Order: sequence, then C-alpha cells, then structure tokens
Amino acid sequence: MAVNQVSVFLENKPGTLNQMTEVLANGGINIRALSLADTNDFGIARLIVNDVYEATNVLKEANFVATFTPVLVYAISDETGGLNKLLKNFTAANVNVEYMYAFAGKKNAYMIFRVKDTKKSEALLAEKGLKSLSQEQIAEV
Amino acid sequence: MERYFQEEIECAPREKILAIQNEKLVAQVKHVWDNVEYYRKKMQEKNLTPDDIKSVDDLYKLPMLSKADLKAAYPYGLLACPLKDCVRIQSTSGTTGKRVVAFYTLKDIDIWEECCARAIVAAGGTNEDVCQVSYGYGLFTGGPGLNGGSHKVGCLTVPTSSGNTERQIMFIMDLSATILCCTPSYAAYLGESMKEMGLTPEQIPLKAGIFGAEAWSEEMRRDIEKTLGIKAYDIYGLTEISGPGVSFECSAQTGMHINEDHFIAEIIDPNTGEVLPEGTQGELVFTSLDKEAFPLLRYRTRDICTLTREKCSCGRTHVKMTKPKGRSDDMLIIRGVNVFPSQIETVLMKNGYAANYQIIVDRINNTDTFDINVEMTPEMFTDNVAEVQNRKKVLESGLHSMLGIKAKVNLVAPKTITRSEGKAVRVIDKRKI
Repeated sequence: MAVNQVSVFLENKPGTLNQMTEVLANGGINIRALSLADTNDFGIARLIVNDVYEATNVLKEANFVATFTPVLVYAISDETGGLNKLLKNFTAANVNVEYMYAFAGKKNAYMIFRVKDTKKSEALLAEKGLKSLSQEQIAEV
Repeated sequence: MERYFQEEIECAPREKILAIQNEKLVAQVKHVWDNVEYYRKKMQEKNLTPDDIKSVDDLYKLPMLSKADLKAAYPYGLLACPLKDCVRIQSTSGTTGKRVVAFYTLKDIDIWEECCARAIVAAGGTNEDVCQVSYGYGLFTGGPGLNGGSHKVGCLTVPTSSGNTERQIMFIMDLSATILCCTPSYAAYLGESMKEMGLTPEQIPLKAGIFGAEAWSEEMRRDIEKTLGIKAYDIYGLTEISGPGVSFECSAQTGMHINEDHFIAEIIDPNTGEVLPEGTQGELVFTSLDKEAFPLLRYRTRDICTLTREKCSCGRTHVKMTKPKGRSDDMLIIRGVNVFPSQIETVLMKNGYAANYQIIVDRINNTDTFDINVEMTPEMFTDNVAEVQNRKKVLESGLHSMLGIKAKVNLVAPKTITRSEGKAVRVIDKRKI
C-alpha cells in the first residue's frame, strides 16, 4: 500500500519553513518524517504526517500550495547493511528511485521512496518479498 | 557652428511650416477617407467629410486613434495603399499579444530616413563620420531607421545591431567609430565595459551618441557623456508614426524638435481628449502628414509631455517636446521594449498559472532589471523539483517570445502579492529616471 506524502511549495526566503511548521503545530499535526528539496528559487517540503487530510486542509487555509504524492515506505532493521539489503531488491526489481528519505520509529528505521510508477514498482518489489507499510501502519510505528 | 541636414525646412519661419502643414493635412485626410474604410466610418460617425478639414485649425474635429484601433483593424485595416506599393513592415508589441504592424512605401521609408538623418546631423554628423548602429535590426525600428539616416548623411555605417558587446567595442576601436546609436542603457553598459577594459574617454574615438527608445535621466546622460567622452543626444519616435526621428535633440539639449513638416503634434487631456494649450503637460497625439501606406490621423501615443515653441539656440524653428514624463496607460518600457502587463497575464493563463502576478522593474548599473513574481498554483505544483523548474522555464520562454525580452520569474506562495484596496499592485517600478 502506497502512503500519501504531503508536498508543500515553499518560497526561498527566511521564515517560510517555520510558518509551515507553525500552521501544522497549531493544527495538531505530528510530522513523522520530513525532507527538504531546495533550489536557488524555491523549496519543496515533503512530509509524512499522522493525518494527511487535516494537514493539507490547514496548509491550504494558510495559503500554502500542498499536494498528495504517493510514496512507498519500507522498514529496515537498525543495523549495519540494513539499507543495503533493501536496495539490492530495488536493483534486482529494476526500480529507479527518484528521491528517498528516512525516519526512525520505535523499533525499526523506515525508508520512504518516491518512484515513478508506484503501483507497478510496489508489485515488482512485492515479488522480491518486500512488503510496504500502509498509512495506518505508519501511524503506529 | 550648428549644422543642418535640410536647413531651409528645419529653420523655416513658422508661417511656412504652417502652410506646408495645411496643404499636406487636407490632402492626407482625403487620402485616408478614400482608402481607409475603418477611419472613414469613424469620420462618418462624427458627420465629417474631408471638406470639413480645411486647415490645421480643423484638426481637433477629427476622430482620434489608439492602440485599440490598431488591434481592431489588425493587420490590414488601416492600410491606405495597395500592397503592390508597400515594400516593408516594422512591428512593435501590442496590448494583448497582437502586434502593431506598420506598413511603408518606398517614399515612407525615404522620409523616415530623412528624419533620422536630421537627427544625426544635429548631433554633429557629417559624411566624414563612422556611425555605428547598435540598435536592434529587424522588426524593431531602431536599427533600420538610424541605418538609413546614416546612409543619407553619408557616414560610413557600421550595422552591428544589438548585443555582442565585445564585438561592438572591437568595431568602435578598430574602425574609429565617431557616432554611436543605441538605447541609453546599452550605451551606459558599453561605457562601463570599456572602462573595465582600461579604456579612457580620451582613447575612445566616439564623439557623439544618439540614444532613444527608452526613458533616461539627465544624470544618466552626464554619466554616459563622461565615460565615453561624447555628447549624448536624445531621439524619439514610435513605430505607429514611422520610427525614431519623429523628434530629435539639437546642441541645446533642452528638448526634441518634432519634424513638423511631416508630423503635427497636439497635447490633449488624456481623460477628456480635449486639446490643451501649448506649454501644458498632457498626452502627445500625432498626425502623419505624408505617410502613404500607414497614415495615422490623431494617434494617441500615451506619452505624457509638454510642447514648447520658445526660440531655440540651435536655429531650428520646429516645436520642441520634453522627454516623455510617463504614460497615460499601463505600458512599461523595459530595455527599450514596450511591455504591457496584459501580455504577461495572457502568457500566465496560457501556461496554467494564476493571473496574479507582480512586475518589478529596477535599473541597476544603468541596465533595466525585469522580474515577475508569479503565484504558485496547485495545478503547476508537483513534488518534483526538476518538473517545477521545467514548468518555470516553459513559462519564461513563453514570456520571452511574447514580450521580446527576457524576464526572471520568481515563484511565490499564493496570495502573497501585495494588494491595496482590494486590487493587486501589478507593477513596481523602482527606476529613478
């Protein structure tokens, strides 16, 4: 099951990132993971949150441009070679990674992957025995 | 010693000029009535026939034309000659994407070039001079106009066109160019570049510059004169009427003489259209007296200026206009190019962005900077940096091809563009001219 990531457009000037976190905090949104893509002109914040619908609602009300993006989340064991083992399966399944980031849960570490054709990639990886986490599972880990 | 290209006409007594204007106007109104249905209808709506126009005193009766008429009649609606007699077009940007296309017969080009020749001679040019024309050649009137004028004076003409600064400087130095024609901002840029190369005003062979197509201050003039070691002259014109040379500056440098044997100038109140007395500031309106192919009567330039008929120390008798002080519409002139906010709006909408934008124009190191703040929309946003950048590039190239100059697009968050009284502030012009 793909998970919905919230992607947010940020102007490249001081304070915009903080404005976003302020809006999310006031909206009672917990950020589980965050990655920031930046250019000279603008930034894109990518968030995994506990409540994607509420998060986009409060962001839109505060005049942020925010969209959903499907991503795949896999658990890895927090030990040497954990990520390497996971990525070997990506290679074997011939799945290309557009970008990725990580967060630490209570037990495991989790990797978030943005791939081109999410459904197809997920199926290919499933054939290698990899099971991606669902939105509900993410909230609990 | 002041020199003239056509002394007998440039220094003619007022009565003689008036007589020429009366005669040409009567003939021109008839020419337009006979050949331009669009204008004939406008005259008929006012119950006018050519018989009602007997002299310049009757000019105020004629209907006025504006950019909106040029758009409505685009492309051939205001053409007054069979196509077989037309030999060229020149073009400038219109209000919403449709361009202004002006037509010329051989005679029209001849008169236009004559006007430019008067400007070059007023700047001290003779057939001994090497005249480098660094205005753009092509649809823009700057290059072709000054090129023709330079030929008429007999200068050795160097048609470098705009851009390629290194090559411009090479020609100025190697050929010992004495006259430079370009936009004032480009002249300033050339001056700075030459200074950086270690060239002193004494080493630079130039002695005069003819600079126009955009607003420039007295301070900028002194700057350019100092770095290049020249005397800098202003020139004014517009494609609709012919091109550069509608008016030009003389040695007095206190306004531009309008070539009154070819054009009648009026100043009107931009709100009421009423003709204002000489010496009052208002919108400049031109009537082409002898254009064959594209004869516009009472064309509203939207430029705000003042006309003065005080005796000029140069000996010329033609009326002088001040540098335009601004516009009565929202047109901007950026790096010599006409830009209408409505054009930007058209491109934004076409590319999926909101029509909410802000233009920021500034002048840094004598060169215009042109930024457009565009609000991001959910439609144009994705989580992919390359994709967002690519869409921005597509927008920038769409703007470039619509406007003819490059603008820097800054993507901003929605609803961040300043609004005053519920209306967005579309243009911030920080230039101090």
